[in-house]
Amino acid sequence: MWAAILLTALGCYLLKLAGLSVPDSLLAHPTMQRVAELLPVAMLAALIGTQTFGAGSALTIDPRLAGLAVAVAALLLRAPFLVVVALAAVTAAVLRML
Amino acid sequence: MASARRQIVRDALAVGIATGAYGVSFGAIAVATGLDVLQACALSALVFTGASQFAFVGVVAAGGAPMAGAATALLLGSRNTLYGLRLTSLLGLRGAPRAAGAQLVIDESTAMAVTRHDREHARLGFFATGLSVFVLWNLATLAGALGGRALGDPRDLGLDAAVGAAFLALLWPRLTTPINRAIAVAAALVAVALLPLVPAGVPVLVAAGVAVVAGLGVRR
Repeated sequence: MWAAILLTALGCYLLKLAGLSVPDSLLAHPTMQRVAELLPVAMLAALIGTQTFGAGSALTIDPRLAGLAVAVAALLLRAPFLVVVALAAVTAAVLRML
Repeated sequence: MASARRQIVRDALAVGIATGAYGVSFGAIAVATGLDVLQACALSALVFTGASQFAFVGVVAAGGAPMAGAATALLLGSRNTLYGLRLTSLLGLRGAPRAAGAQLVIDESTAMAVTRHDREHARLGFFATGLSVFVLWNLATLAGALGGRALGDPRDLGLDAAVGAAFLALLWPRLTTPINRAIAVAAALVAVALLPLVPAGVPVLVAAGVAVVAGLGVRR
């Protein structure tokens, strides 16, 4: 078990370091820059999707979706980050208590 | 500007609390899977990327070999490489700061860095968020491993919704162009559609392909 844990730790660290160590010259290419800029957009959106609808390996609709909807409304009203996050949490928590 | 810096630190702490709380779940699940407290804490401190950690204990819990768990964890860890591609020019780290910063490359620290307009604020967002998540995630893992489920379910506090909302709030400023909006919607649809079909974590990696395709194909 320890061998697997340490291997995972080393591998995950090297994966993180690899991304930070790509030479600037490679990233200077306009296409690479565009891809690197768009990656967080796509991956954050994907995380929002799986974070909202995922339940293990199943899809579900639950109070998280209401929380996200309230977050959208708060963002449209230009609410600050903390307010957006807190409103989403309170919405989901209250719906679960009902 | 001092107030802008203060706000970044405040937001970083909030992200750390919302995300870190899940360390309780991780610690409890890890121990329930048969790991001891030290092994659970080692995973949080050394691996420090939630999706990979949950995948590791998930495979072991399902009766898989620890090395199979390691392989799955590494596959999921590759998304941090993709984050690094974006962060490297943004943060401009070299030497020891880069070696130390690498451990903090995760979803949340990346998201809190890429929304800044200059390097100084990007670095602050990255390190403040990375460190606050790191500290709280590890403390929560220890608490979860020791106390198990007695500490309660983060979902009762709506923290599962808070994490999604935090990602949305971080993504929001980038949704100003039609191309970015289309990419975000397509990526989310791809990830959700794949979720029931492939192992956990893979949907987000495939969704990253949307950015690659768009980046190669679209001329701005």
